[in-house]
Amino acid sequence: MSGHTPVQVLTPQTSGRSPSRWLASIAGMRAWLFLLLLLAVFESWARISYGASFVLSAHNAQSIAVFAVAPLLLALGETFVIIAGGIDLSVGFIMGLSAVVAAQGANLAASVVPEFPAMLAGIAAGLLVSLVPGLVNGALISRLKVPPFIGTLGMYGVARGAAFLLAAGTTVPVANGWFAALGNARVAGFPVVVVIAAVFVLLMHYMLSQTRFGQHTYAVGASEQAALRAGIGVGRHTRRLYLLSALCAGLGGVLYTARFTAGAAQAGEPLLLDSIAAVVIGGASLFGGSGTIFGTVAGSLVIAVIQYGLVFIDVEPFWQFVAVGVVIIISVLVDQTQRRLGGDG
Amino acid sequence: MDVPGQPILDIRAVSKRFGGVEALKGVSLQLHPGDVVALAGDNGAGKSTLTKIISGVYPADGGEIRLDGKPVHFATPEAARRAGIETIYQDLALADNLSIGANIFLGREPMRRVLGVLPVLDRKAMAAAAKETMARLDFHVDRLQAPVGRFSGGQRQAVAIGRAIYWNARVILMDEPTAALGVPEQRKVLALIRGLKKEGRGVIFISHNLQDIFAVSDRIVVLRRGSLAGERRTRDTSHDEVVKLMIGG
Repeated sequence: MSGHTPVQVLTPQTSGRSPSRWLASIAGMRAWLFLLLLLAVFESWARISYGASFVLSAHNAQSIAVFAVAPLLLALGETFVIIAGGIDLSVGFIMGLSAVVAAQGANLAASVVPEFPAMLAGIAAGLLVSLVPGLVNGALISRLKVPPFIGTLGMYGVARGAAFLLAAGTTVPVANGWFAALGNARVAGFPVVVVIAAVFVLLMHYMLSQTRFGQHTYAVGASEQAALRAGIGVGRHTRRLYLLSALCAGLGGVLYTARFTAGAAQAGEPLLLDSIAAVVIGGASLFGGSGTIFGTVAGSLVIAVIQYGLVFIDVEPFWQFVAVGVVIIISVLVDQTQRRLGGDG
Repeated sequence: MDVPGQPILDIRAVSKRFGGVEALKGVSLQLHPGDVVALAGDNGAGKSTLTKIISGVYPADGGEIRLDGKPVHFATPEAARRAGIETIYQDLALADNLSIGANIFLGREPMRRVLGVLPVLDRKAMAAAAKETMARLDFHVDRLQAPVGRFSGGQRQAVAIGRAIYWNARVILMDEPTAALGVPEQRKVLALIRGLKKEGRGVIFISHNLQDIFAVSDRIVVLRRGSLAGERRTRDTSHDEVVKLMIGG
């Protein structure tokens, strides 16, 4: 029959010099650009007002990095969840629960073993306990079809109550030299917590960008139907995502206990919104399907620089909330504009 | 695989009933390699029921389906797909944020090892397979890393078909492949169907569009109220005759 088949060229529709392509190409970069802008503003302010550098001060740089660690850890797990089209509102109090249990675990173990294994026991206890709410979140969402927003909001309450009950309403101090060193010592000039966070960032980046797990996370966020059709176990994948998110929060809790040599139920309370903000500022879409680990790193640094920088230039601390809020709104607006123009970078 | 003269797909007197409604009353259909069969009929004629039985969505109540001469019973769409029967639905089931290669390999991604240890996604292999597969359909891709969401409807259709042929689908069912597309895009899809024919795959497509049916099919199978109203070679029939078969009279 007909032998003639015209040759087709597959070209993306948004090519050429359309503004959407340009916008899409900077999407991954926008958080870093914003970070540079912020640093430039604070740098000029510091030079003019104090005749000193903001950026080039080792003290400032380190404070910002240490400051960014906890929200970043929460945000790393949240990045996976948000890319898959979900959300995890329970991470803040999972962190608190884990901080309390890590402190208690280390104290309990210290009565039978030396300090170093006692610290390890505390770390293990803190990480293990974080898996419980993670498992429950995943089961609620994947098996009982509870919307993530509601399921994890419920877990927010449960984890919060459990943490305060375990801590009997107070903070739980840890007298463990090793634990304190983990949170406050330096290796080669870098704070240990920052080094741990950096290693964790690389691990998460590898998982998201180079493994099937990461690829399937993007697919689930774009279209559950497509993922199911491709034979991906969407339910099992969802359960793993919430487990990962909880584990990240657990690590955040353990490092909190190390840094402050005390576990507190409210350790992560102010960090939930910061972590979601970091993911969104970093270029992930709350509709699912897009986002990167390095974007989230930039988002976390943006928030840390705003918070630290405003204190540095002596602005009343309450302005921090306003500034972070405005940045979140701007990020979402940029994301929406990009979608409307068709470049869903 | 292909025995000369033997159909890939042989549907014999398949019937299906939903409660008191006889949706399909013993319909037979043969599909040979390189055959393009158009399934026509009014709403409720049984076109969708027939394709859903072939693709494993519904079990048949009576009759038999043979694939390469062997009787088959598909419990699920996955089982049908594994046997080489692929259905392209209108929503295409693509992940819009992933590249063509990533969509082709979704769920079965090839891995390679960096420095002999660290396993990573083999994007190069995926892109190469995407390029080669799309070229077989006479589509030449110039931006292999672009997410499929940036391609047009007809091009995305090509990606869904490309995925099917990469995994060796031998029978491809298409449900209204040209609906919801503009005219230039419809032409691309028709060209794709010709490409599948050239590849020796069997194609069954449901369509309401007589222009399309006459443009690419070898045979037209018309269903009416669950029965075979007629089967014609496309070159031996006319629009009028097909319409008459569809509405009866």
